[in-house]
Amino acid sequence: MASASTSVPEARVPSSPRASVSTRLFSGDGITLAVVFLAAATIIAITLLLVIELWINSAASREKFGFAFLATSVWDPANGEFGALPFIFGTVVTSALSLIIAVPFGLGAAIFLAELAPPKVSDTMTFLIELLAAVPSVIFGLIGIFVLLPALNTVVPFLKNHLGSMGLFSGPFYGPSILTAGVVLSVMIAPYIISVSREVLLAVPRDLREAALALGATRWETTWQVVVPYARTGIFGSVFLALARALGETMAVTMVIGNSPRIVASLLAPGYSIASVIANEFSEATGNLYTSALIELALVLFALTIVLNGAARLLISATTKRRKK
Amino acid sequence: MSQLSARRRSVNAIMLTLTGVCTVVAVGLLFFILGYLLVEGGSSLNLDFFTKLPVAVGETGGGMANALLGSAKVLILATLIGVPIGFLAGIFLAEWATPGLAAAIRFVTDLLNGVPSIVIGIFAYTLIVLRTKQFSTWAGGVALGIMMIPIALRSTEEFLRAVPNSMREGAMALGATKSRTIFSVVVPAAIRGLISGMMLNLARVAGETAPLLFTALNNQFWSPGWNQPTATLPVQIFTFAISPYNDLHRQAWAAGFMLLFLVLLINITARSIVSRGGLKAR
Repeated sequence: MASASTSVPEARVPSSPRASVSTRLFSGDGITLAVVFLAAATIIAITLLLVIELWINSAASREKFGFAFLATSVWDPANGEFGALPFIFGTVVTSALSLIIAVPFGLGAAIFLAELAPPKVSDTMTFLIELLAAVPSVIFGLIGIFVLLPALNTVVPFLKNHLGSMGLFSGPFYGPSILTAGVVLSVMIAPYIISVSREVLLAVPRDLREAALALGATRWETTWQVVVPYARTGIFGSVFLALARALGETMAVTMVIGNSPRIVASLLAPGYSIASVIANEFSEATGNLYTSALIELALVLFALTIVLNGAARLLISATTKRRKK
Repeated sequence: MSQLSARRRSVNAIMLTLTGVCTVVAVGLLFFILGYLLVEGGSSLNLDFFTKLPVAVGETGGGMANALLGSAKVLILATLIGVPIGFLAGIFLAEWATPGLAAAIRFVTDLLNGVPSIVIGIFAYTLIVLRTKQFSTWAGGVALGIMMIPIALRSTEEFLRAVPNSMREGAMALGATKSRTIFSVVVPAAIRGLISGMMLNLARVAGETAPLLFTALNNQFWSPGWNQPTATLPVQIFTFAISPYNDLHRQAWAAGFMLLFLVLLINITARSIVSRGGLKAR
């Protein structure tokens, strides 16, 4: 054990927070430090390796199609033509739809939990909502196929009759569609919006609420015109976090989106997303170009989620740090 | 004046009620999902499910014994890969790293945590399957293990930081080295938190399907050893759910019920370990 080598002068070194890593490596705790440092370095190595592997293995597709890969909409494995646009379209539209449903809903629940509910009720409800976030996505897919699809089949004719002229709800409806995927996604991301927004709202100083109430504002006006604007940045952060989840979500979407690589301007039409085309076609992809086109799609998805996650963390930490001042 | 006031009062009442409705709906969804799986899955669950292999399409009966074992093997591998790396790196961050270095590593870890699970699947495929030219339990374990690292690190760091500094100072004043202090004093003080963090981590990857699709692939039969494709519970649910056969759908419900039950059970246990006072330090 490293402890045997400890002597009085050495013991002073590790306790100094300013000593450099290399100084400490040779000061009696060397082995432990080496091991834990190696573990930390492994994480960085794995992340780098991930980027490198995706980059190298998508080379064939990147060289052949260049940036046109992102802008063409023909996906024809038989003739070696690969364009990512239908999948980018499907991913963006389903994610946007899920946000349109989940943001108002999630923010509403977060307001209730942070501003109105007694602490005990709020904690219990939050616990249950966090359990909802723990439900595996394949289970959401299962519910999506066997419960949501039949349910939508009864709702959609109504939507078509009343909103069909807008174009968004036009065309035939078979069940699996952009709309179905958006609804399933919204249920999956709502827990993230609720629990992060609740934290952010709870971090708003009490004086602001009291001042607004003292000026005669109602409870709702206080919340909506004072508390929510103050927590705005953090709430945006929670939305970005949820969006990153939605973009990368695979199983539930694959099970209900319809898997059709076409761009149709109707929510009722089947679509395809980046993650679901990878899930469906990767293990059956034949030929170098096909595989590397799918890996390039993974690279695109990776880049998208990295940007969103980074932005989300900046926004959330900007609001929660303010609390500590 | 009084008219305006009435309007404001009703807006207040309506909006506040709506926020309550949102909350009730969110919680209601959880109970709906639980209830639905309990009814659909519970009724399809029987002894065969745990002891038999899946049967050919068209025949009735059969079970998921191979998928249950496959999932267990993949998860054991994942834990053996992900937890030690994350735990040790977490110790480095909490006890040694300078603030700048810690922030950098934390940043990279968050990046890794945000990578969609399907991309992790591709990564494990290029890393293991392409090189060994074989789908395997091993590749599935690596995929899930990589997914476990970020959370293992963040929870270790968080719980170690929650241990009061006076405990470290006390141990060092008694002449213990830093490593002795960490492993005999700091880690034991944080052990409840650490265990619950690892359980939550395990529960999270236990339901992951996407990273297994082209690493562990699937298997109709038993998968001996670690170098062959294997069936797993989540992949089996997916395959059965999208198949057109009623009998397989029933199996999918049964497996879904099992999976959800396990995941939620681990979650609840883990959270109760922490709330029973392991973290008074905070």
